[in-house]
Amino acid sequence: MNAPANVLANVQVTRAEVEDFFYREAALLDEWKLNEWQELLTDDATYYVPPNDDLEGSYKNTLYIISDDRERIRQRVIRVLDPNCHAEYPKSRTCRLITNVRILGVEGDLVTATANFVVYRYRRYQREFSYVGTYRFILRKTGDSFLIKERRVFLHAHELGKLGSVSFIL
Amino acid sequence: MPGVDAPKHEKARSFVIDDKEKGIFLLDREALVSEEVLRAEVANIFSKCWIYVGHGSELKKNGDFQTRQVAGRPVIFARDAKGEVRCFFNTCRHRGALVCTERQGNLRRFACVYHGWIYNNDGKLARVPGDEAYMESFDTSGLGLKSPARFEQYRDFWFMCLDPNVQSLTDYLGKATDYIDLVIDQSPSGTMEVLHGTQEYDVQANWKLMVENSVDDYHLPTTHSTWLNFMANSGVVVEPPKDKDLVLPTRGFAFDLGNGHFTTDNVNFRGRPVAAWIPLYGEKAKPEMTAIREELVTRLGADRARRVADTNRNLVIFPNLVINDGSSVTIRTFYPDGPAKMHVTAWALGPVEESEDARARRLDAFLTFYGPGGFATPDDVEALELVQQGLANWSDDRWSEMSRGMGREGEQLNSDEHHLRTFWRHWNKMICGAQS
Repeated sequence: MNAPANVLANVQVTRAEVEDFFYREAALLDEWKLNEWQELLTDDATYYVPPNDDLEGSYKNTLYIISDDRERIRQRVIRVLDPNCHAEYPKSRTCRLITNVRILGVEGDLVTATANFVVYRYRRYQREFSYVGTYRFILRKTGDSFLIKERRVFLHAHELGKLGSVSFIL
Repeated sequence: MPGVDAPKHEKARSFVIDDKEKGIFLLDREALVSEEVLRAEVANIFSKCWIYVGHGSELKKNGDFQTRQVAGRPVIFARDAKGEVRCFFNTCRHRGALVCTERQGNLRRFACVYHGWIYNNDGKLARVPGDEAYMESFDTSGLGLKSPARFEQYRDFWFMCLDPNVQSLTDYLGKATDYIDLVIDQSPSGTMEVLHGTQEYDVQANWKLMVENSVDDYHLPTTHSTWLNFMANSGVVVEPPKDKDLVLPTRGFAFDLGNGHFTTDNVNFRGRPVAAWIPLYGEKAKPEMTAIREELVTRLGADRARRVADTNRNLVIFPNLVINDGSSVTIRTFYPDGPAKMHVTAWALGPVEESEDARARRLDAFLTFYGPGGFATPDDVEALELVQQGLANWSDDRWSEMSRGMGREGEQLNSDEHHLRTFWRHWNKMICGAQS
């Protein structure tokens, strides 16, 4: 039985496993453990925040808020951990609530999963921001956990002005 | 605010101390915190100057429209059934409701959901439900959607003005048109377009701080040290300046363009999607960027091509339009929502004939610096908010120091404050002239 090498059997995956992974990622981000967080990414990982007036537009012809390849993510982490990143120094405190976790599809070892989130972000001077949106991740199943291949974040507000900067990892 | 009279001053007061002999320029910080000043700005600046509405490319087909706030006023920016670009107040003539609630789209008619008055996309009132209840002499011809007193364009950049007696837009822009032309010269056909996707971010700071920040090259090494670090990590060597009067690696200038407009004009050191390659764009981009440059030279000649490709320019059209032709081209506009808050909107602009790769490069370059998730803009926003927070002490620490470069003869440097003084002098005249 020689199946073509590029066709993998679909991996088995449960919602609970995906949910656990979302929670684990959220904890690392909320604790600003961004170097550990990067260990959750594949070598070709991407991170996108499209503009809310064109959520499905491609980053190649649409002005996104964030469109990072793996190297840009690495640079973003260097930047936000630097005390000279004024927008994040002192660091925002964030708290992520993640819910409505769904597995949309499995193809080989790739799992597309979504979750709704609220990220509360607090800055000094009593500044509070609430980012409400949906995560859509493409996860690669590796052993008993996952790596993130694509991390796409949709913001639901009609207008984004009130959210101010997205200077942390959303 | 009802019941508050306009300020009564014995004679014109000034918000600036402008002492050329001593080389001192000071700004009264009340200008950045006061409700009274904001009211004067609405009356004397936002109601008297040409204000940017949008770019014609945002309305590709007949019937296309965009709704937006222009200096705090809800307007519909639309291309009517005959292809004419229009601007209407988004306000029903009947009882005042918004007649269009979608952000963008294509419509033949705008219908008010309240009592059902319907307007054609040229603004004409098309239908009044139950019109037999009006007297025969009731005339609907004058009840079309109202437009700002004036609405004009320069090379598809559309502006409105609420003052019918204002000079023409082209006269108002004056020498600034040269700098708009320089941006448009990137396109072989002279046609630029606004790309899909809008960035919006509120800043808890006075709107004039964004004017200053958009052209202030003095702040770059401190506010944006993490961006410089990122550039270095990406293989872009940013040399420290050789001359001791510079803060940036290359010499750059600032020009007063008249009517309150001004620009910086710098020799590029940071790469430009139009034909100034840096390692950040990748080896693969080199051949295409060489071809883009060759096209510029053939079409414009070597000197003009250099101006287009090898200079960065941050242009301010008074009062609230910024066109940054730097790491990418941005159109940025902002308007006050109270003295300590502004709404900012930004778009990317590119040549219509750009290839898929060049377009992607332009957008990627945009995000390396600009916008709410960029590697520089969030720190600008932070700096402006720190200013506004610090200004809570304005009544006891009254003056901002803006004398940098006062003694310089001849050409003014981008890292001096000459161009900021240009803004403040013009602003002061418009505000205080009216108070006298």
